Amino acid sequence: MNKLITALALWAAASLVFAAGGHGPEKLDANVNLGNKTSLQRGARLFVNYCLSCHSAQYMRYNRMAADLGLSDDVVKENLMFASDKVGDTMTIAMKPEDAEQWFGVAPPDLSVIARSRGADWLYSFLNGFYLDEKRPTGVNNLYFPDTAMPHVLAELQGLQVKHEGDAHGDGHGGHGGPVLELESPGKLSPGEYRQATRDLVAFLVYMGEPAKLVRYRIGFWVIAFLLVLLVAAYLMKREYWKDVH
Amino acid sequence: MNMITKGLVGLRDWVDDRFPLMQLWNDHMGQYYAPKNFNFWYYFGVLSLVVLVIQLVTGIWLVMNYKPDANLAFGSVEYIMRDVDWGWLIRYMHSTGASAFFVVVYLHMFRGLLYGSYKKPRELIWILGMFIYLSLMAEAFFGYLLPWGQMSYWGAQVIISLFGAIPWVGDTLSLWIRGDYVVSDITLNRFFSFHVIALPFAIVGLVALHIIALHEVGSNNPDGVEIKKNKGPDGKPLDGIPFHPYYTVKDSVGVIVFLILFAAVVFFAPEMGGYFLEHNNFVPADPLKTPEHIAPVWYFTPFYSVLRANTVDFFGVPGKLWGVIFMGLATMLFFALPWLDRSPVKSIRYRGTLYKSALTIFVVSFLILGYLGLLPPTPGRTAVAQVCTILYFLFFFLMPIYTKLDKTKPVPERVTG
Repeated sequence: MNKLITALALWAAASLVFAAGGHGPEKLDANVNLGNKTSLQRGARLFVNYCLSCHSAQYMRYNRMAADLGLSDDVVKENLMFASDKVGDTMTIAMKPEDAEQWFGVAPPDLSVIARSRGADWLYSFLNGFYLDEKRPTGVNNLYFPDTAMPHVLAELQGLQVKHEGDAHGDGHGGHGGPVLELESPGKLSPGEYRQATRDLVAFLVYMGEPAKLVRYRIGFWVIAFLLVLLVAAYLMKREYWKDVH
Repeated sequence: MNMITKGLVGLRDWVDDRFPLMQLWNDHMGQYYAPKNFNFWYYFGVLSLVVLVIQLVTGIWLVMNYKPDANLAFGSVEYIMRDVDWGWLIRYMHSTGASAFFVVVYLHMFRGLLYGSYKKPRELIWILGMFIYLSLMAEAFFGYLLPWGQMSYWGAQVIISLFGAIPWVGDTLSLWIRGDYVVSDITLNRFFSFHVIALPFAIVGLVALHIIALHEVGSNNPDGVEIKKNKGPDGKPLDGIPFHPYYTVKDSVGVIVFLILFAAVVFFAPEMGGYFLEHNNFVPADPLKTPEHIAPVWYFTPFYSVLRANTVDFFGVPGKLWGVIFMGLATMLFFALPWLDRSPVKSIRYRGTLYKSALTIFVVSFLILGYLGLLPPTPGRTAVAQVCTILYFLFFFLMPIYTKLDKTKPVPERVTG
């Protein structure tokens, strides 16, 4: 009985949390294009340079990435591999989860399938949502993931943003009148270039979440085309057999 | 060529002398007379069989690479998705197949409600079918734990803890099911065993019984007319046609249409917007982190809504326990249908307004309950779920009355095509 009460209390609590947390600011549109190989390659470069020291991608193999992104193993070895020298390895990191927990308060999650649990739009919003907040130990906070433990790793590219509360006419539903982020000190990239860079990075994360996505649409098209032809044949056969049923 | 034909016929006869090969073929295919007026709704039986085969075959290949180990399970699924040749296809066929199974089975059951297929002399077919449905729910529940994501884990945790609501033995029972104080590696191992051995065995066996019983009494049809009552001089039903070749060729068309829809999901939308594969299940199971919103997969949500709709304590029994009781009852009541229905006619075509209205209200309530079960509860939603729960049960409890009062139309002697 107690277990059940606990379970139901848990739902009740969970639904309260959900109701309270459900209306964050409206997410930005990631608009990634997996068909664009160069975008994926740029995303891969950003990923190994900026993410892959704290976050692992323990289910992703370097040589699989090489093959899918149209790169040779040697190119990958020279440009994209810092933690390992075997192209058949998966993207693991040297940092131990226990250490990470000590340093950041929480171990950075593995990113292999992050795009499948969070969604591309959320990731894109998150990467564009950092702003200065001196109350946080990292000096930054995030509009889409309040009080995130992650520092703004891409700050050297984007620069730093500040948050302005929306105008007083805001209707309180986010979106219109919600908080606005404004670039205070520019980084190496222009705002447009930064958006494109994060879009590339998110495209890579989406690819990494499901490498088969690159092929399954194409195969699916042919499977369905074949079945449609088969359907015509089966239908004609059925009509022929049923001619004498009245 | 002639030599080959002769050889094959010889082999067939050799087997037939030692095994009732031709008799089995004729009883179930070549000389099994099915009504000639099957419509759209009669595809879903054979489609259930097709999905069963898909699940068995893809399941065999998944087990070759899956690891039922709390530390390895999540990774082994990703290994299948990435490193196993065509692993992603096999996995998506299996995950889509799980939902497809419930789609076709629900439509197959609805056909039974439309045309009174559970009525005498087909009560046993219906009961066997209900056992298949219950086994299927168990099979889906056990299987859902295996990817070892957050939803797998917490879904199992919540459902198992429901057994804790049973007075006196509840806690011991849920402990016995889990084999541990929380869902753990031990639970995963036993669920794996049930999922790949016990329940597939049960389902295949029950399906065989379901079909044997069906072929004994013969199929019902959209008119609810017994075709065996009108036989020609040769002893064959006048409104019947041999299952093979007529329904084998007709079902082929239906199966291909189904496969096109199935392939569309597998290749273009395997997650089905989070309904077939939930987003949160791509986060590895974490016993220390409860997800914000725990919802079962769509095919369980009508019953989940019934569970949550019970918020009132009465007769000294807490609302939560009533929830568990009514949820159980909501599935079990289908067993009683052949005896609750007092109508002299089978098919909806010859039933009156009362049954037609009751069935419509029932289906709408079932769909609303299913939809609400996907969402976190609010007071408004709970009130709607409570109304729908009452309507759901009234369909069964009032059935002896409204089917008796209903103004039926005369049933024709022969099928109307």
